[in-house]
Amino acid sequence: MSLMSQTRSVIVMNVRSIPQRLWMSLATVVSIALVVAVLLGFLSLANGFSQTLKGSGAPDVAIVLRDGAEAELNSTLSRDQVDLLGRGPGVRSGADGLPLVSAELMLVVDGIKKSSGTKANMPLRGVGPNGLLVRKQARIREGRMFAPGSNEIVVGAGLLREFEGFELGRSVRFGAQTWRVVGVFEAPGTVFESELWADAPVVQSLFKRGTSYQTARVVLAGPAALPAFVDYAKNEPRLQLKAQSEQAYFAGQAERSGLLIRYFGWPLGIMMAIGALAGALNTMYASVSNRAAEIATLRVIGFSGFSAFMGTMVEALVLSAVGALLGVAICAVGFNGLSASTLGAGFTQVAFRVQIGPEIIGQAVTLALIIGLVGGIFPGWRAARQKPLLALAT
Amino acid sequence: MSALIQLNNVTKHYRRGKEVIAIFEGLTLAIEKGDFVAIMGPSGSGKTTLLNLLGGTDRCDGGEIIFDGERIDGYSEGQLAAWRARSIGFIFQFYNLMPVLTAAQNVELPLMLTKLPARKRRENVETALKIVELSDRAKHKPKELSGGQQQRVAIARAIVSDPKMLLCDEPTGDLDRNTANDILGTLQLLNREMGKTIIMVTHDPEAARFANRTLHLDKGAFAEVTA
Repeated sequence: MSLMSQTRSVIVMNVRSIPQRLWMSLATVVSIALVVAVLLGFLSLANGFSQTLKGSGAPDVAIVLRDGAEAELNSTLSRDQVDLLGRGPGVRSGADGLPLVSAELMLVVDGIKKSSGTKANMPLRGVGPNGLLVRKQARIREGRMFAPGSNEIVVGAGLLREFEGFELGRSVRFGAQTWRVVGVFEAPGTVFESELWADAPVVQSLFKRGTSYQTARVVLAGPAALPAFVDYAKNEPRLQLKAQSEQAYFAGQAERSGLLIRYFGWPLGIMMAIGALAGALNTMYASVSNRAAEIATLRVIGFSGFSAFMGTMVEALVLSAVGALLGVAICAVGFNGLSASTLGAGFTQVAFRVQIGPEIIGQAVTLALIIGLVGGIFPGWRAARQKPLLALAT
Repeated sequence: MSALIQLNNVTKHYRRGKEVIAIFEGLTLAIEKGDFVAIMGPSGSGKTTLLNLLGGTDRCDGGEIIFDGERIDGYSEGQLAAWRARSIGFIFQFYNLMPVLTAAQNVELPLMLTKLPARKRRENVETALKIVELSDRAKHKPKELSGGQQQRVAIARAIVSDPKMLLCDEPTGDLDRNTANDILGTLQLLNREMGKTIIMVTHDPEAARFANRTLHLDKGAFAEVTA
């Protein structure tokens, strides 16, 4: 006997008979598609956010914070410490012969989100003349860099996309001060695109920050120079600071923030999956019930219970696979590449693009196939146990 | 002639809740090779149960069932399925064709249980459809065929793997008189020309006339035998 050929025959019959149960099958496909679309939506949000943060860091740029500080907002550095960092081992010099160090400070200011019309936090970063040089991806796209000592700002392309009133030439007010937008910069795929930049000394002065900074970005000769520099920042008695590669810093933040989104997305996806599973079970039990006479006939002829089981299983898997493809298509067409923003580690909005990737598609499709598998096993078992009685066949 | 299938002192009970219902108590029957037997009887007399026992789709509680010299009542489910596939052709009242398959694909189903290559399967299907004079309907789906044509396809399916015995459960119960006679004529032809042993359960005395003999089953026992 050929178990393969009889199983194949039953599978073909089951799959071909799906149109006879069109509406129930369609309901199952749609419910599974929704599960996949929602889960994939959340995962692609997390993915896009993580990719943006990870893309923000360079392996040969060290970011220096106060020892114990996890983020820029709760760090502080003095001017003397910044000067000492420039004299550390492996620090590259710019064209002017001075160390490529950018001492920066970051404040939170209000803006109005275009999508909701509500207030949200934006990061205003005070940077020095090396602000652009320490970020290889960054360049002025329109207008020009702010003039040192002036109330001028340049705005990131992501922030411009998400917030109202930052078009080139516009004036904006933060507190008692009016600032003029003189340039738009882009730094594709990085968190910096969600920032406003102004001259650091002006920011220090107008926001009463004295001469302190929060972070320093130091360009090193290469990634290999990092351990010696980290050691220097930590052990030099006048420093005692925490240095790490910018890449590691953002990767850590990406993990924490991405996890938050995933921790929300997965439970929601699984709850919806349980609902879809109930639908799938209902459809497959109905399928077995509708085909009771057919199954009994095949069993009377001599077909095995295994072939009846496999026919039901494959039908369930086909429905879930179609649902998964539909869900991926909905997400790819509806969400992928959309601009979004959320609260980053600095309590400010980070703009990013929703990004579908093969790994998260794999995760969502796996969930759909698990729905199909579980939704097929029990009805399949019922089909396999159907007795080959003539009365059932007729 | 020697017996193709024998029931010796067979007992069969069904349980309904705490109640045990006896269908057969020591039933004995022998069907000769090449015989065409009609089984008649009122509803509840045990006709379908008898057909299930003869076809290996149900088990007896006692006694023995011997097919072609071999006891089959001790077979496992898998052995019984394999035995049915090679030895028995079933014909049902409502044809029981698979609606999504063509006539040829329906006829091919029992051959999917064999190791025959696709080419040989195709040849056998063509032969079976030729016997029932439906070669020109091979690619039609059941819903595109009349009741009589569907039953002919079912007959082709029953004979395609060349079984020794055909079991027919009210094969003309869903057909008009003329079509029923055509179908019964075909069964008679299979019995006379191809030597198929046929056991047919029917309510219809007209249908029973096509058989070589008729057994009347009543309350689990053969009350009368007519030639």
